[in-house]
Amino acid sequence: MEAFTTHTGRAVPLRRSNVDTDQIIPAHWLKKVTRDGFEDGLFEAWRKDPEFVLNQSAHQGGTVLVAGPDFGTGSSREHAVWALQNYGFKAVVSSRFADIFRGNSLKNGLLTVVLPQETVEELWRLAEADPATEVTVDLVRRKVLAPGVDADFELDENARWRLLEGLDDISLTLKNEEAIAEFESSRAAFKPRTTAA
Amino acid sequence: MWSAALPTEGNAMGRTLAEKVWDDHVVRRAEGEPDLLFIDLHLLHEVTSPQAFDGLRKAGRAVRRTDLTIATEDHNTPTLDIDKPIADPVSRVQLETLRKNCADFGVRLHPLGDVEQGVVHVVGPQLGLTQPGTTVVCGDSHTSTHGAFGALAFGIGTSQVEHVLATQTLPMAPFRTMAVTVNGELPEDVTAKDLILAVIARIGTGGGQGYVIEYRGEAIEKLSMEARMTICNMSIEAGARAGMIAPDETTFAYVQGREHAPRGADWDEAVAYWKTLHTDQDAAFDHEVVIEASELAPFVTWGTNPGQGAPLSHAVPDPASFEDASERYAAEKALDYMGLRAGQPLREVAVDTVFVGSCTNGRIEDLRSAASVLQGRTVADGVRMLVVPGSVRVALQAVEEGLDAVFTAAGAEWRHAGCSMCLGMNPDQLQPGERAASTSNRNFEGRQGKGGRTHLVSPQVAAATAVLGHLASPADLADVREPAAV
Repeated sequence: MEAFTTHTGRAVPLRRSNVDTDQIIPAHWLKKVTRDGFEDGLFEAWRKDPEFVLNQSAHQGGTVLVAGPDFGTGSSREHAVWALQNYGFKAVVSSRFADIFRGNSLKNGLLTVVLPQETVEELWRLAEADPATEVTVDLVRRKVLAPGVDADFELDENARWRLLEGLDDISLTLKNEEAIAEFESSRAAFKPRTTAA
Repeated sequence: MWSAALPTEGNAMGRTLAEKVWDDHVVRRAEGEPDLLFIDLHLLHEVTSPQAFDGLRKAGRAVRRTDLTIATEDHNTPTLDIDKPIADPVSRVQLETLRKNCADFGVRLHPLGDVEQGVVHVVGPQLGLTQPGTTVVCGDSHTSTHGAFGALAFGIGTSQVEHVLATQTLPMAPFRTMAVTVNGELPEDVTAKDLILAVIARIGTGGGQGYVIEYRGEAIEKLSMEARMTICNMSIEAGARAGMIAPDETTFAYVQGREHAPRGADWDEAVAYWKTLHTDQDAAFDHEVVIEASELAPFVTWGTNPGQGAPLSHAVPDPASFEDASERYAAEKALDYMGLRAGQPLREVAVDTVFVGSCTNGRIEDLRSAASVLQGRTVADGVRMLVVPGSVRVALQAVEEGLDAVFTAAGAEWRHAGCSMCLGMNPDQLQPGERAASTSNRNFEGRQGKGGRTHLVSPQVAAATAVLGHLASPADLADVREPAAV
């Protein structure tokens, strides 16, 4: 995974709540068997509307998506994270994320930042008033900075460390080989197996 | 919050069901780190696994426990002409990729055409693989279904699928516990689907965020396993990490005798363990919601997220009635997308399509329920009704009971097993502007086809709606059964 320390880029205001993963990347895109090439599917239905924020020239090239509450609900498709990254987003800000989406984002180095709804709305106002407004998402100091905004955010220390270092979860887990093997050897015999009963 | 601290010796505080199952799977616990949990059962399907197998190949890793892993094909599979090559070349490649991956890595697969093929969350319980007290994962958010057995079952992303394939474990962030207690008895015309839609409308699509929900109380205890699966299935639509129901005699009776159920002395040992899997009297939940079953009624959604629902007897709400600005705006957007107006009675909403199926309502009891309403009646002119069994086994059972004949006699289409129109990855899709009453789980914009409009309903309401051509419950049908068929 690519490490994330700090990122500065333009904010893209997405004034929608409950942005489900079917909106982020519709199901027909999920037939692809790779992790790339999803950028054209990002918000595919909404992008048919010329007024949609990603179609406004002033917001081209933005890298920090600022969305309403309950972002990433619904399907567990990690393709939603890949689509956001393939399109160029480095971070998403919302007052609440769906659990699976958040887990997926942190495993891919897409930083999901939880801020109070008032701060989200302040960022929306800034980005709409001046689309060139830059926002800094600083994982080292756990801060989001923009003109007039200096907001702290929470992220558990372990997740932060893995992001800062760009660590591979599987390699970390495999360091516990002995503990896994010991657990396996003590599992009850009645536990189900998928091989012939 | 559970697992935030090491267990304390002599702590008198009891534990919840979720905490007990979690504790029994901790491979490693260390201060400041997520618990590493052992995974008892890993279910795979074609959509969320290809990139995970690729990752294994790149790192030169094997599947650690092929004996705890099983795959089936469901999302892309057609429900017509299944003996012919799959028409969509992209879908075909995805299915072929799963077949190659399972062959290369030694994973058991039930492909299209196999008697055990079906929607992954129907197949696991049916084979007896889903058992109380197990940890179950799948790259699919509706893995919460398996919590109906008292299993701790989570939907995961593709990176986690790869992690489980490689290590049979997952580092899991701590969770909070929520009790949803349903007191009393459900009225006769109220199903598990109505109940869970009402719960989601009450707590919201984000209300369960960070929680494992335990459904309990008299109304839950009286439900069949299939009804319990419908409820746990939709926990994710309330944003919950998982949903669970304590295992009891109903659970044991469902599991016993299935292909992978324990036998002989193993069965006795298993049941003795399963009987310990209930929330202790003195355990505390982080949050509690109480619902009186007698106050529930047939329930449908009117909006574009599963929390936007109301009793069928109500009208489409006025967005202005929502106090929260974000909810108000969401309701305005939803009515616009759905082509509905505030104050319109829900019973007057006409549909083009009715879909009965999915991991939420594609099991045999769901088909029986829909068929009992359709018996001797016909699908309204201009309405297309698709009945898609959740698995081949469900289809065979339905045929044995003559349900397929009831559906086709009524003018419905009887299809092959799969996810089908729940998400429209196969050819079963709504056309732009078409409106469906659907027994599936998501009414998101475009979920069932670009521009399609979805109302989530129970199988009974789906069948009554098909007969009348507008949203309806069986009670509305009193006078339309053809006398000859009575």
